[in-house]
Amino acid sequence: MSDAILSLRGVKTDIAQYHILQGVDLDVPRGQVTMLLGRNGVGKTTTLRTIMGHWRARAGTIRLDGDDIAQAPTPAIARRGVGYVPENMGIFSDLTVEENMTLAAASGPLERERLEWIFGAFPALRTFWRSEAGNLSGGQKQMLSIARAMAEERKLYLIDEPTKGLAPAIVSTMAGALRDLKRRGASILLVEQNFSVARALGDRAAVMDDGRIVWTGEMAELAGDAALQERLMGLSMETA
Amino acid sequence: MIVTLLSGDRPRSPLLTLILLAILAGLALAPFLFPGVRSLETAARICIFIVLVASYDLLLGYTGIVSFAHTMFFGLGAYGVALASEHIGRGFGALAVGTVAGAVAAALLAMVIGLFSLRVRAIFFAMITLAVASAVAVLVSQLSQITGGEDGLNYRIPRELTPAFRWGGKLFDVNLNGKLLNYYLVFFCSLGLFLLMLRIVNSPFGRVLQAIRENDFRAEAIGYRVVRYRVAATCISAAVAALAGSLFAVWLRYVGPDTTLSFEIMLDILLMVVIGGMGTMYGAVVGATLFVLAQNYLQNLMGLASGATEGVPVVSDLLDPDRWLLWLGVLFILSVYFFPTGIVGRLRAGR
Repeated sequence: MSDAILSLRGVKTDIAQYHILQGVDLDVPRGQVTMLLGRNGVGKTTTLRTIMGHWRARAGTIRLDGDDIAQAPTPAIARRGVGYVPENMGIFSDLTVEENMTLAAASGPLERERLEWIFGAFPALRTFWRSEAGNLSGGQKQMLSIARAMAEERKLYLIDEPTKGLAPAIVSTMAGALRDLKRRGASILLVEQNFSVARALGDRAAVMDDGRIVWTGEMAELAGDAALQERLMGLSMETA
Repeated sequence: MIVTLLSGDRPRSPLLTLILLAILAGLALAPFLFPGVRSLETAARICIFIVLVASYDLLLGYTGIVSFAHTMFFGLGAYGVALASEHIGRGFGALAVGTVAGAVAAALLAMVIGLFSLRVRAIFFAMITLAVASAVAVLVSQLSQITGGEDGLNYRIPRELTPAFRWGGKLFDVNLNGKLLNYYLVFFCSLGLFLLMLRIVNSPFGRVLQAIRENDFRAEAIGYRVVRYRVAATCISAAVAALAGSLFAVWLRYVGPDTTLSFEIMLDILLMVVIGGMGTMYGAVVGATLFVLAQNYLQNLMGLASGATEGVPVVSDLLDPDRWLLWLGVLFILSVYFFPTGIVGRLRAGR
């Protein structure tokens, strides 16, 4: 794919003696939402962490806007414009919401207009602006986690299971915010287990199995083919 | 104005505010409220240990780094003043040179240790600091021609800071002499350094340190170079510890391995941080004050209690002043049990 903001070729990652990624080939098109799908334990989170440099790729290339970042340190990758939202509400619980947001805007002060946009997507953050993040509810923590990635203009967003374990009302707030991010032309690689969210947001999909990408294509194609879903992921979106 | 001075970090508990005000007033007026050599020694020691403990809390409480070399940095500052006073001669110039040299040496040594060990994992830093601190303590004891060895060094400080210098008569029955000036030098320098530490931990730099303490990968994933921040925190902490050491040297007019470099002092600092409350600068104030007071006056208190219970066989024996260390230990265990987040943490939680 020529206009890919992120491109992985033959990426292999080991954690201790386990070969988790066994040659991942993946393209994330610019300005689109790519869903990374698959059963639990197939390497989706490891793929995101490898892109961020948390786990080092043993082999292969990871190109961000054409530059190989496979061996770059994590802060350098972040400073190149990659916003990462880890799974399990990756916030700093001892700091206030404001401090969390200020830290996230690492390259300069938080822009007022951007902050208003974030408050529009997550009104709760305005309410609890000066509260300690550790005192927020699970859903609010997840909102803060995504809001932190939105604190600056990013080239690419890596978002790991943003709706995991959240109440349906919060899931819809989260999906709304991600849709808004998509409307602004963001390039997003999104790991998601909630298929209705995946179907609503995804432009493209990549399905992983056993440390490899086993299928890529349009999200709509996957969403419309129950047999394909069954074959790739062992379950159907229609029944999920 | 006061909030600005405290860098916006309010005590956030009425009782804590009262305690801090009482400590501040007690230390500011110590020469007049508690006349006598011993009480003034205690007050000066509290001032210095507040700075020393606060600088350690920057590492342990705010950055999550365990160091066993804090007394080494404290000692570098103290020996800096001692050696400068001995070689350059009595005077404020020597004090300034010794203080600056001690702080710079401490920061540089901290940087070297940090760059070697903090790249890997913070736990190696603890191990390396332990080894380096032990080596330096042995070296100071062995290099007796330079450091005075186990006997330490006695040196002369400017006359204006000694009891021999009288600049007035008496005020509230207290001699207006150089010792009083020396105490206020220690008090105001300690206050300034404490406010500086408060400024540092409440700055954007301090927030990054707290973020690193909680989850270093998350901090890196935002774009912060964790090693640089950790090394910077280590250098600042070491330099401030050295400055506290310099104040101690000016106050005592003596340095020796036991007073500045011993592992016992390192343990005291650790206990003061834990008792006061990690990750709260005010914890350093409360922890240092309680600990130094207990160290100096628990024995007297027990003497009184033992006298009062003379007729009761077992209790009187248990309260014998010779057993003060046992009771100090019991007090620590109780305080950690009842205040797991430290006294300040408990007061702020409002329970």
